Amino acid sequence: MKKWKPKGFRELGPLLAFVILAVFTAILNPRFLTLFNLQSLGRQIAIFGLLAIGETFVIISGGGAIDLSPGSMVALTGVMVAWLLKQGVDVWLSVLLILAFSLGVGAWHGFFVTKLKVPAFIITLGTMTIARGFAAVITKGWPIIGLPNTFLRIGQADFLKIPIPVWILLVTTLISDFFLRKTVYGKHLRASGGNEIAARFSGVNVDRVRIIAFMVSGLLAGLVGIIVAARLSQGQPGVGGMYELYAIASTVIGGTSLGGGEGSIIGAIIGAGIISLLWNALVLLNVSTYWHNVVIGVVIVVAVTLDILRKRLASK
Amino acid sequence: MLLEAKKITKRFPGVLAVDNVDFEVYENEIVSLVGENGAGKSTLIKVLTGTLKPDSGEIYVNGEKVSYHSPLDAFKRGISVIHQELNLCENLTVSENIFLAHELVRGKKKALYSLVDEKTMRRKAQELLDMIGARFSPNTYVSDLTTAQRQMVEICKALVKEPKVIFMDEPTSSLTVEETRRLFEIIKRLKERGISIVFVSHKLEEVKEISDRVVVMRDGKRVGELRKEEIDVDTIIRLMVGRDVEYFPHGIETTPGEVVLEVKNLSWKNRVKNVSFQLRKGEVLGFAGLVGAGRTETMLLVFGVNQKDSGEIYVRGKKVEINTPMDAIRLGIGLIPEDRKLQGLVLKMTVKDNVVLPSLKRLSKKGFILNEGEEEKVSEEYVRKLSIKTPSVYQIVENLSGGNQQKVVLAKWLALNADILIFDEPTRGIDVATKAEIHRMIRELAAQGKSIIMISSELPEILNLSDRIVVMWEGEITAVLDNRERKVTQEEIMYYASGQRKQNRGDIR
Repeated sequence: MKKWKPKGFRELGPLLAFVILAVFTAILNPRFLTLFNLQSLGRQIAIFGLLAIGETFVIISGGGAIDLSPGSMVALTGVMVAWLLKQGVDVWLSVLLILAFSLGVGAWHGFFVTKLKVPAFIITLGTMTIARGFAAVITKGWPIIGLPNTFLRIGQADFLKIPIPVWILLVTTLISDFFLRKTVYGKHLRASGGNEIAARFSGVNVDRVRIIAFMVSGLLAGLVGIIVAARLSQGQPGVGGMYELYAIASTVIGGTSLGGGEGSIIGAIIGAGIISLLWNALVLLNVSTYWHNVVIGVVIVVAVTLDILRKRLASK
Repeated sequence: MLLEAKKITKRFPGVLAVDNVDFEVYENEIVSLVGENGAGKSTLIKVLTGTLKPDSGEIYVNGEKVSYHSPLDAFKRGISVIHQELNLCENLTVSENIFLAHELVRGKKKALYSLVDEKTMRRKAQELLDMIGARFSPNTYVSDLTTAQRQMVEICKALVKEPKVIFMDEPTSSLTVEETRRLFEIIKRLKERGISIVFVSHKLEEVKEISDRVVVMRDGKRVGELRKEEIDVDTIIRLMVGRDVEYFPHGIETTPGEVVLEVKNLSWKNRVKNVSFQLRKGEVLGFAGLVGAGRTETMLLVFGVNQKDSGEIYVRGKKVEINTPMDAIRLGIGLIPEDRKLQGLVLKMTVKDNVVLPSLKRLSKKGFILNEGEEEKVSEEYVRKLSIKTPSVYQIVENLSGGNQQKVVLAKWLALNADILIFDEPTRGIDVATKAEIHRMIRELAAQGKSIIMISSELPEILNLSDRIVVMWEGEITAVLDNRERKVTQEEIMYYASGQRKQNRGDIR
């Protein structure tokens, strides 16, 4: 039998778009290449990228699964960690507690989706509103300030000139990409998304697979909440607006199919890169902030449409 | 001549699907189109009914040369088609489906804002249903109908524009014997009304029964035509495969050993009633019965897809609780399900990924890191052993033929070394040659000591492969017949399958 193995780098399209956009911006405004700007861009990519990784897990798991809660969870966990710190709880213990809490919220979503058959859209939409509400309740609408320096370092310090959030993103990317492509869990995830019934009939514990996917997304939302709070030096109930949508867009731009069953972590990171870069470029090029959302919306639609057309051509 | 196609050729990348084929439909006839899967029947039908454009060739309807741009074009000229996969909107009623896109409206002109004339549509739908002898109301939702009833709706849908020719692509593949008989009555009634039928089926006995003429295709070419008096199953098979095949006797005898699976008084909802049976090592236990007799439902309980209401299951003498497929698989049970595309395969994944899916944990390093090399080795081994036709184990399963897909499902369980194999309709929709191959495999597996349950609605399959035959009717077992000492007959099975009970219940286990 011939050894024939499909090859090719599926993320090539989005990566090219990213590079072209970066070169274009650098030419139009050389300030793009300053260390300060690149670091700030990196932090933004880390925030969207981490959320996009979680979203990728959820979307691949299939059955129309999606997580709408990350944006609000970022606000809630940010406020919670700030509150804990203000009560004098140890920094690392606070971080652990928040991560455990967000993991629990993910499990809660997974439980509703798999055991109670509530659509993911609805249960996570619920959390989106509830979490945002609680964030306001805890702070009475005011930011919590005066956080310890050790904590702020998570969002603001660098190591080898590379911001800590970027390091966190790198490590998370490596681990999650490994899990997705190289482990039994990853294959079970893709099989569950590709054909839930066949996966079940083959002995895959589809419910557990999906619950874990929601837990990953919850965990990463909590992690981003911590990073954002540390970066802003405060627990701010208003942050993270529309982050879930940017995360979903990053995932889809990176080649993950909303129907489930296939997707890529690297693609999601590149997607997050494109969205963050656009934002950065719009600021550097002095485009009025009123236009930012318009441009980003158009880019998302165009990018995803092109990708779908490309796939359709390729399959012919 | 109603329809005449001359020198039709249709090429796909890498395949000459239809090669210079002539085909004609005369008035008032039932013509069957037969051939193995991949012989080009479906492509030819698609060309003749406007779904595909031929690369070359001419089509004449009523002597007039036509060139279709869409199925609607063909439909308007009186050429209708009923596909194997039924295309109905389950959320709409029978009459809404029948008139879909051909709604009757109040007023003369029809536009999107026209008022729909529900009353007339319902009345006309009723007339059509009466004409074909369907006994359900036009107000029924399609989701509440059986497959056979849905097919009747499809037929009515085709009748709306008073067609001259109706193509039926494997209409009997999921019908019971009784439903098939009723369909044939409908077909004959249509013929009396001057509608010609083009009938496609893999069940050659049916072809023989219904056809006025048979056209045989092989490898994209038309290889023969039989007139009514010449039609004979052996002749058709010979034309289809191009050689004589030994269709039936398997000649692989086994000596059944100890009981490996015993089911006692299994019940579930109203669909499985008090079912008890034993399966021995090295035997093929056939499950016969009409569709809906509860055979599949019983096996879904044994495999843990559904949870039994009451009853006990013993595997190798030990009482077991099977609540999920995982439990069943751990006990060495594998299911080759009825709907392989839905239940058996992740179509978008590769042959390799599908074959190793149940055994991933065992093949992985430390139980969770994938071992690509090992997976490749195992899947290649079974591709070879089962002679699965695929360019490589990295081929996407969706691109394989039905027969090869079925082998992939079987390979999943063999790779896991399951020793109780449950086949549910193992050869449905599979071509003659692969079918014979799968039949042989089933017997060989039994000879190797596997224990096999085989549900089949095809009597020859049951009669030829089973050591013992369980017959079910409306959720109950009505007979267990020994097929080794004395060959069971079709009549016997039909007798029990229609609800007659075997008297000496001592035999039933």
